[in-house]
Amino acid sequence: MNPLDRYAPLVDDEAAFRAACERPLPSVVRVNTILGDADRVAAAFDAEGTGYERADWHDGVFRLSGGSPGTTWPYAHGWVHGQEEVSALPALALDPDPGERVLDACAAPGSKTTQLAALMDDRGTLVGNDTNLGRISALRHNAERLGVTDLVVDQQNARNYSLKHLGFDAFDRVLVDAPCSCEGTVRKNPDALETWTLDHVHEIAGVQKGLLRRAVQATRPGGTVVYSTCTFAPEENEAVLDHVLREEDCRVEPWDPPLDARPGVTGWDGETYDPDVERASRVYPHLNDTGGFFVAKLRVGGDAADGADAEVAA
Amino acid sequence: MSQRPGGSDDAPENDGGRFDRLPATAADRRVPGRATRAEVLDWWDERFGVPPETFDGHTFWEKGSGKLWAFADDVPSPIDVEGVGMTFLRTRQEHWKPTTTAVKRWGRLATRNVVTLSPGEASAFAAGHDQALPRWDGDWGYLVAAHELAGDPEPIGVGLYVHGELRSVVPKGYQEELPDLSAADAGAARSE
Repeated sequence: MNPLDRYAPLVDDEAAFRAACERPLPSVVRVNTILGDADRVAAAFDAEGTGYERADWHDGVFRLSGGSPGTTWPYAHGWVHGQEEVSALPALALDPDPGERVLDACAAPGSKTTQLAALMDDRGTLVGNDTNLGRISALRHNAERLGVTDLVVDQQNARNYSLKHLGFDAFDRVLVDAPCSCEGTVRKNPDALETWTLDHVHEIAGVQKGLLRRAVQATRPGGTVVYSTCTFAPEENEAVLDHVLREEDCRVEPWDPPLDARPGVTGWDGETYDPDVERASRVYPHLNDTGGFFVAKLRVGGDAADGADAEVAA
Repeated sequence: MSQRPGGSDDAPENDGGRFDRLPATAADRRVPGRATRAEVLDWWDERFGVPPETFDGHTFWEKGSGKLWAFADDVPSPIDVEGVGMTFLRTRQEHWKPTTTAVKRWGRLATRNVVTLSPGEASAFAAGHDQALPRWDGDWGYLVAAHELAGDPEPIGVGLYVHGELRSVVPKGYQEELPDLSAADAGAARSE
C-alpha cells in the first residue's frame, strides 16, 4: 500500500499533494550566522559562479541551481549548511535566546542543533543529545565545521534524560525533533515509503510519547518545548500531543509559521484529540514546494520563574 | 594509557575518557603537563595577536592527551560527555597547533602570522596541496592561511610554514577542490 493514500482525506488538493511528493527537492543551504552573513554568501556565490535563488520567507535560505553545496567556497568556510528548507521551522518555533539552557533531545546529525546554536548567538548551554554513536560523530563534525562552541554533546536515552552532570536542573527550552516514519522526506528519499508499515507507526508513536513527556518534565515552568516530525501520520503527531497534554502540565501555544501551513487535525481513525492540537502546524509538500513537516509549540505549566514572562510586560 | 608526562607518582593523571576544565594558572595545576588557561590565552595572543578577551565567555577543557576544547559557558568539572564546545588547540607537544575549525572561527581576529593567498594558491591550499611560498618572510611554524572572498579576507585553515614551503594541514575531511576565483574576478572585471 502507498502510505500517502491514507493522508489524501487530510489534504485540500490531493492531486497537487501527490504531484509534489513525486518531484525531487532542490539542494538548499541555510546560512550559518556564527561564521557567515547572508549577503556575503550571495556575493561569494556570485564570485565563484554558483547559481541560486533566495527564499522569500527567510533571508538565510538559498536554493542552489546545481547539486551539492560541498564544492563551494561558502561551504568550505562554514558559512552555509545543507538543510532542507522546511526543516528550518522547528528551531524558529523554539526561538531560543543567547545565554539560555537548551536541549535538542534527538540532535544528530545536527542541522537543527547548529541552527539553534546560531539563534543563541553561540552563547549559553545547548545540549545536543542522541543515542547512536555513529550519528553523534556526524553531529560533532557538523557542529565543529560550523564553528559552534556552545554545544555539549551527550549520549543518553532521551526518554529518561538526566541533567545531573550538567549542574542545573531544568532547561529553558527543549526541542524534540522525533524519529518518525518520515513520509515527509519522500521527495529526497523515496525509500521512506517502501519501508513504511503501520506497525512501525504504532511502535514509534510509543517512543515519541516518552520523548515528549520527558522533554516537558525537563523544562522549567514557563519554558518552551517544540515537537516536530517529518511524518503526516496523526498517530505520530496530534495523538502524541494529545497524550502528553493529558499526562503532563503543558499546553499548545499558537505559533504562526513563516511558511504556508494547515492546522493540526482533531480526529483520526475513530479517535478524537484535545482541540488545542489544532494550534500545531502541518506543512504539506505542495503548499510551499518543500518537504512535509509537523511542528507544535508547547508552553510548560506551573509557576514561571521570575522574569520568565517579562516579554509580556515589555 | 601508558603516558606519564612527568611529575610525582601520586600526581593525578590526565584521564582521556572525560573532560577536565583547565587550571587558571600554573599555581592551580594538579595534572602534570596540562596547559593552563593563562598559557592558552598567551599563546593565541603571542602567536596570532588574538586578544585574550576574545575568550572571556569561554571555558577551556582537556580531553584525551593535549586536545583542548573551548566552550561558550560552564559545566561542572570533570564531566563525562561526548563533547564540550569545540576542539581548538593541540597541546602537550613542542609546537602547539590550532585546529582548522578554531582558525575558521577566530582567525579573522589574527593580526600576525597570517598569510594571504592568491586565488590559485587558495584553491591549492584548500585541496590539501603543499606549495612553495618564498615570499613569506615571517615566522616559521603554524600560520593562518587566508584569502580574499566577497570583499574581505577570510581564513581557510592552518598552514605549516617550513623551508620556504607552505604545507596545507587541512584535515582530509575538509579538503575540497574549490573554484579558482582568479577566473571569477576576471569575469567580473569584463562585465563591468
